[in-house]
Amino acid sequence: MGEDTESSKGNHSFLRDYVTEADVISTVDSTTQENLLATGDKGGRVVVFQRETVSSLLPPTSSHLLSSLLPLPPLLSQPKGELDQVGETGESGEYNVYSTFQSHEPDFDYLKSLEIEEKINKIRWLPQQNAAHFLLSTNDKTIKLWKVSERDKQPEGYNLKDEEGRVKDISTVTSLQVPVLRPTDLMVEVRPRRVFSNGHTYHVNSISVNSDGETYLSADDLRINMWHLGITDRSFNIVDIKPANMEELTEVITAAEFHPHHCHLFVYSSSKGSLRLCDMRASALCDRHTKLFEEPEDPGSRSFFSEIVSSVSDVKFSHNGRYLLTRDYLTAKVWDLHMEKGPVETYQVHDYLRTKLCSLYENDCIFDKFECVWNSSDSVIMTGAYNSFFRMFDRETGRGVTLEAWRETSKPRAVLRTRRIYTGGKRRRGDVGVDSLDFTKKILHMAWHPEENIIAIASTNNLYIFQDRVSPDTQGPDLGSDTI
Amino acid sequence: MFPKGTKRKFSDSREEPVAGGEDVNQSSLAAVRMLSSYSLQRQSLLDMSLIKLQLCHMLVEPNLCRSVLIANTVRQIQEEMTQDGTWQIMTQALSAANAAAQCSADRLVATEVLCRQTEAAQGEQVPKPFPVVGSEGCPAEEVLEEEEAAAAEVGMTMSTVSPQAPTSYLPGTFGMDPCWEEEETGEDDDDDEEEDSEECGSGSEGEERERDSLVEDTRTAEQVFGTFEIKNPAPSPDPALEELFSDVDASYYDLDTVLTGMQSVPKMGPYDLLESLSSHGPSPLSSSTSCRSDLNELDHIMEIIVGS
Repeated sequence: MGEDTESSKGNHSFLRDYVTEADVISTVDSTTQENLLATGDKGGRVVVFQRETVSSLLPPTSSHLLSSLLPLPPLLSQPKGELDQVGETGESGEYNVYSTFQSHEPDFDYLKSLEIEEKINKIRWLPQQNAAHFLLSTNDKTIKLWKVSERDKQPEGYNLKDEEGRVKDISTVTSLQVPVLRPTDLMVEVRPRRVFSNGHTYHVNSISVNSDGETYLSADDLRINMWHLGITDRSFNIVDIKPANMEELTEVITAAEFHPHHCHLFVYSSSKGSLRLCDMRASALCDRHTKLFEEPEDPGSRSFFSEIVSSVSDVKFSHNGRYLLTRDYLTAKVWDLHMEKGPVETYQVHDYLRTKLCSLYENDCIFDKFECVWNSSDSVIMTGAYNSFFRMFDRETGRGVTLEAWRETSKPRAVLRTRRIYTGGKRRRGDVGVDSLDFTKKILHMAWHPEENIIAIASTNNLYIFQDRVSPDTQGPDLGSDTI
Repeated sequence: MFPKGTKRKFSDSREEPVAGGEDVNQSSLAAVRMLSSYSLQRQSLLDMSLIKLQLCHMLVEPNLCRSVLIANTVRQIQEEMTQDGTWQIMTQALSAANAAAQCSADRLVATEVLCRQTEAAQGEQVPKPFPVVGSEGCPAEEVLEEEEAAAAEVGMTMSTVSPQAPTSYLPGTFGMDPCWEEEETGEDDDDDEEEDSEECGSGSEGEERERDSLVEDTRTAEQVFGTFEIKNPAPSPDPALEELFSDVDASYYDLDTVLTGMQSVPKMGPYDLLESLSSHGPSPLSSSTSCRSDLNELDHIMEIIVGS
């Protein structure tokens, strides 16, 4: 790493610690818990962060690497003393770079004379089954399975090779020894274990690991394939919306995800704002949906941009598997799986942009794909916006808050203050006018720890990690109070 | 924005002047102004969309989702314009030009714009074929210029069209700032052409203002669009080029297809969009020889256009 020039083009496709209910990471036993966070960037690199446990809260040796990604020192952490006071947050610690590797290289499609970007579109962790961690990373065409493992022991005392691996001169060997394993400095090894190539004609936009732990799906603009993690030369096509005549194409797939519990269910979203829940037990090719979630269009607000604005950029199942969270350009919506005719909750993320749609169309910002996430208890949803702002909505109260991920205005370990967009009425100090929003600073990618209130926000080439100090447990964050 | 729900009461305002006095005239004039600004905005949106479809990264496959969304927007505008009757005007104009010209219809697109503008100054209605062809003259751009031709044709009925229009009109369109956030809701019009001719005063004023503000762009545009002129009026298609792109579906460039549904546009999937930029079907192409060499200029040109 260390190539700062390249880090500027980091547009993190982002993921985080994947801890499923099936995993045995006990919150009580903090010393064995490893929390990992992975980011992928436009340069095809993946950086894995590890949350240090209390026991290893030493000055991170890899901080210089971290600084190349994060100009700030790690924003997360509390001094040990405070941890004790809070009590239950035994394992809060700093996130440090755990490993960095080049996942994808730029490629060239000779048939079409087109470059294949190395940009990582998605990363997904697999549920942990042993000491090693596995993650899937994908660019536009190829999905790779990486194994991230630690090695802290090394065999020493070979008879025929010396310490550097060179073959010894036999004449110098006077006695035989049995090689032993000696502890060494912790080394993190990353190896590609599978390469799933040639499965997609169009650009892969989503990957999702199935709850069965054996299969995963990958979705491109027109097709969804299901793979077995162990088989790289074959995949099953489960959705194909490519029309026979490409001239009739009006809708593409924008995101897809498996149900967190039911290994036969998955959902995919479209550019027309519809969601389709498919059951793989019904047929091999799930072109016909089991359920179609669509909100009827409001005829009064129809404009030339209605369709573009309704295109779903991200879809996520809730942790309990009962709800869907979708993000379109202006709103975030929560859908109940049992009700297809419309969302049960709609949150306005940045409605003040509704009158600016033409300008946003002109500068292509209207095509930005924002992600959205649930918190661990499904009581809070979060999504990004412009000007380095991101929004959190408390589902119980319906209230939303705007926060900023920008190093100039936030210091490490400082409390995040809420921001406001000035849209009329009394203007308070610190309000930001709509016209002074910086549309180049967009928060597209983010993640929420599956158990705790720790969030990671990617803003261009920076990664911000925030933790709720007051209630770091499964309850919703205490918005407006201490959020580091 | 652009609501389609409310029907414009244009027919009412049109009939009123007969009975009413100045008030009615003024209100109808205001209504007409609003309508024309809506159609101008819509036109601008269409232009912008077509540029977006055309302008894509040459090296990497374009984003299919974005292309599909833009194409759907174009289709939507087209449908509305068809309802308005604006689309018919354009197709008529082009088919008239078609009869006059030697080359195929879509070649005339760029032709139309410039010849119409020059003719406009002289008040003529019938366009002469003019051997100016966009080197990147792929259908998207052609349709783009068709739109401008239509708008230009409409503008032709205005006597006050500035003679310096030809090359400045294009950048004027491109550079038109979509400031319709402040605009009132536009309304549908039954007869765009008539209404435009009625509001010739305000409409051409607006255009002239734009032209004045883009005087420096004019010069640049002239240089820019000057490069679009083909050197050889009727070159034979380059056999090598033809062979290379022989598998390109020529129907893609069929004018009707382009006009009626932009149906080939969504076809601009990974394979086609690049081809549409760098290639042209053998049949429509008279400038295919120069298109390859002008590819680099295309980037430069587009930067200027979009930048302005």
